[in-house]
Amino acid sequence: MKWILVLSSIMIPLVIISVITYGLLQGINVYDAFAEGAKDGLKIVVRLLPTLIGLMMAVGMLRTSGALDGITRLISPIISWTNFPEEVIPIALMRSVSAAASVGLILDAFKMYGPDSFIGRLVSIMFGCTETIFYTMSVYFMTVKIKETRYTLPGAIIATFAGIVASYYLTLWIFGA
Amino acid sequence: MLNYLWSGMIIFAILIAAFSGGMEAITQSALDSSMEAVDLAFKMCGSVAMWTGIMRIAEKSGIIEGLARKMGPVLRFLFPDIPEGHPAQKYIATNMIANVLGLGWAATPPGLKAMEELQKLNKKKDVASHAMCMFMIINISSVQIISINIISYRMQYGSQNPTEIIGPSILATLFSTLVAIIYGKLKYRKE
Repeated sequence: MKWILVLSSIMIPLVIISVITYGLLQGINVYDAFAEGAKDGLKIVVRLLPTLIGLMMAVGMLRTSGALDGITRLISPIISWTNFPEEVIPIALMRSVSAAASVGLILDAFKMYGPDSFIGRLVSIMFGCTETIFYTMSVYFMTVKIKETRYTLPGAIIATFAGIVASYYLTLWIFGA
Repeated sequence: MLNYLWSGMIIFAILIAAFSGGMEAITQSALDSSMEAVDLAFKMCGSVAMWTGIMRIAEKSGIIEGLARKMGPVLRFLFPDIPEGHPAQKYIATNMIANVLGLGWAATPPGLKAMEELQKLNKKKDVASHAMCMFMIINISSVQIISINIISYRMQYGSQNPTEIIGPSILATLFSTLVAIIYGKLKYRKE
């Protein structure tokens, strides 16, 4: 399992060197391209900021009011037979509805438990292997006016569930409880 | 969606606080959280801009097209109903590669194009074809290998090793995509 952590540490430098080398071989002015992309990155963060303010505010208020703990306590009897941390259930549910709102909850979890805690690592991994189901489906199917989506929704839910379970066991296996 | 979700969250929080008598605390929390968001976004700028810069090089040098062209065998396996050389193949490949690289903004336009091309091949125009279902399920299972946002959030909240989750994330996403493909294939066989 050591190789997974090695993979983690070499992935970003590996992507950077491959991209730059490939760019140079293709005769691209890589520095100009980088600067152009970096400028767009700043714009992305600026565009993200209002959403971030809105959702961190909402999640912060939910946390302070005690409502978040209340929701967790409501859910906990359903999953208490597993060892899956109940604090993560609201995040997992929110993830399939709204990416932005789930980011709010993830940041809250980082603040409450720390990014290097079991919960912190679990939500980090979970975020990467799931998507907003309903939004994605409605955008894609609406453009081509499909009404009957057949087995797309069950398939998407099964894949998402598989991703959550995999995240849980991988976190446990690689980092320990 | 977010409209009701967001307002619901806030109204719910304030009502609960009103009953439990935490009005000062909730005022403080609303102000603190919004300041924290600005702080976070400000510090995220660096890592996000670095990554989008690198990814722009990838885009400009034609990596997406290059990799997409190599996806032939994979596409033939996943979408046996699409005729060889049909434009849907190219769009699906471009969408998938852009998603793998985490270029969401570059993935959606070819993704929608792919749906239009698949619709041309579709016999019943208001019912999703096998290819559409498979394409959507794989898309939702998420195939991204590096999420720079999560890494910068982790960094911001004091992680000792913000990138340690990359390897496990790749494994988790491979697993969920594998489950998606198996499910899609089983459904295809059945009908």
